[in-house]
Amino acid sequence: MDQDRRTFLGQTGKLLVLTASAAIAWEHVLAGRPEDAPNYRSTDHWWGMSIDIEKCIGCGTCVRACKTENDVLREEYMFRTWVERYVVDPADLDHPQVDSRNGGYDGFHEREVLDPNLKMFFVPKLCNHCTHSPCVQVCPVGATFESPDGVVLVDKSYCLGCRYCVQACPYGCRFIDPRTETVDKCTLCYHRITRGLTTACSETCPTGTRVLADLKDPKDPIHAFLRENMVQVLKPQMATGSRVFYNGLDGSVR
Amino acid sequence: MPGVEGFIYPNELELQWSVLIVLYPFITGLVAGAFILASLERVFNVEAVKPTYRLALLTALAFLLVAPLPLQLHLGHPERSLEMYLTPHTQSAMAMFGFVYLWYLMVVLVLEIWLDYRRDIVLKWRASTGLSKHLYGAMALWSDNISESALKLDDRIGRALTVIGIPSAFLLHGYVGFIFGSIKANPWWSTPLMPIVFLFSAIVSGIACILLLYFVTCWLRRVPVDMACVDTIAKYLYYAFLVDFSLEMLDLIHRLYEADESFRALDFMVKTRLFTSQIVLQIILGTLVPLVLLGLSQLVTFREKTRRVLYVLAGSLTMIGIFAMRWNVVIGGQLFSKSFLGYTTFKMEFATREGLLPAIVLMILPFVILWALIRLLPPWGHGEGDRGSRARE
Repeated sequence: MDQDRRTFLGQTGKLLVLTASAAIAWEHVLAGRPEDAPNYRSTDHWWGMSIDIEKCIGCGTCVRACKTENDVLREEYMFRTWVERYVVDPADLDHPQVDSRNGGYDGFHEREVLDPNLKMFFVPKLCNHCTHSPCVQVCPVGATFESPDGVVLVDKSYCLGCRYCVQACPYGCRFIDPRTETVDKCTLCYHRITRGLTTACSETCPTGTRVLADLKDPKDPIHAFLRENMVQVLKPQMATGSRVFYNGLDGSVR
Repeated sequence: MPGVEGFIYPNELELQWSVLIVLYPFITGLVAGAFILASLERVFNVEAVKPTYRLALLTALAFLLVAPLPLQLHLGHPERSLEMYLTPHTQSAMAMFGFVYLWYLMVVLVLEIWLDYRRDIVLKWRASTGLSKHLYGAMALWSDNISESALKLDDRIGRALTVIGIPSAFLLHGYVGFIFGSIKANPWWSTPLMPIVFLFSAIVSGIACILLLYFVTCWLRRVPVDMACVDTIAKYLYYAFLVDFSLEMLDLIHRLYEADESFRALDFMVKTRLFTSQIVLQIILGTLVPLVLLGLSQLVTFREKTRRVLYVLAGSLTMIGIFAMRWNVVIGGQLFSKSFLGYTTFKMEFATREGLLPAIVLMILPFVILWALIRLLPPWGHGEGDRGSRARE
């Protein structure tokens, strides 16, 4: 080998420095923030949800599961997810009768309408985890942010409680948790999905209405769902890049 | 649910921004308006408004010092507010408030007032003893050079500052309008006209405020009101108000004619929950009546006493109208559901952090600060009487 001592030392030195920095960097990667699971790589996922309106029976299990799983206050005006009941005259889409008593927590008992001229259906709602989130845009300190796997999250140790994001959300998905004086919202059960589980609402839905979707996974049923159905998002005119996809969403839904 | 009509999203029951956030644009508006009035004298050499020049600057400072307080009180975590300076999110309109505010406070207003008062401060430093000697010394930054060339330099820098100050004042309040106007989720707010409407209403409220303050200070000091001065201010108030009113009507007509998806909900809201504050207080009493009064004073030559009454009345109604406008923007924008299917109610509390009591205290506070500022830096002449009386002679 025609390598003198100087070159050898130089190359070894470089190798050592590089290995050390790579090791430190790798340690940070493995430390797994924001997720702790060693096998979870946030860049491998792109989360969303599919909701099949025709399957929803308005039982409210998802609302109860969410409140329990995520320790959401039982108040009637604080929900990470809720269900709305629509009664619509097909000839008058502009004036639907909507109710969401206690956010659908107790389930809807009126599951049919007697008038044959009206239609009735349930619409489960949650944070749309928008790709172009107005809430992320307006947060003055970046406490609300989008994770690399596409989930809109809140750093509660950083949130000022200015409520600008609550104003900016077109879907009414945010509220202030009086215990922390910070904003609260659906995290898509981030603590669960990063461990290979599904969300609490999807897990408990008895009819398979709500299904967690990984848009980066080519085997995920979301692709067939999007391909085979006429799919819509809420308030498409807001151009927020919503990632909660509805099948069978009626034009009267707001 | 109590106070709810129709359907609202469950999380919409509680209003997020209360009366304190109504005060925020109202107070910053007064700052911007007062400064712009002061600039008229300085940049455009409008001699007639000279008696109010320093008063307007001090008023702007007094209100500017109070401007961030309602925001601080409203925050869930006021102790974290410094993060807006340290780690601002550059895409956020709100994050820029601190910078716009500091720029305006430190660079424009404080520096301009200091330069304008430097001669007075040095003279007071020389003349006083004890504690106040130290105070004025510190205020003069321990430099007592008031030679003619130094004062000339002060004047030149001051003039340049005012030239920078006018766009800064526009920026300050146009920016406050942008905070609301850029929220696409809320059709009551979301209009590119919002910053311009806010700006002109700011100018209107600032001018009206200085007009009233000038009357009050003249009355307290038992000096005659400089009629040339108030006539000119009233004229500016009238013109600014005309522009402001036209812009607001343009916005209204546009909404009526477009009648988009939100129109029915907003129309219903204006005719019911906002009827008193929008139609009666803002448009009729707070805009049309003062416009007629001011317009009359432009057309008909009234006696001095009648003019004074007219101006005080128009000024007071204007202040009520602009306050109602801020109220209708901030509170009105939260009364309807983003589903456009229902309405909620604003319940004002009294002795809570965001209640009426702190709001009243915050509205009195700038006047206390102004009183202290006037004691410290008297805005009227150099001890030998009113600048206005000199201007008249």
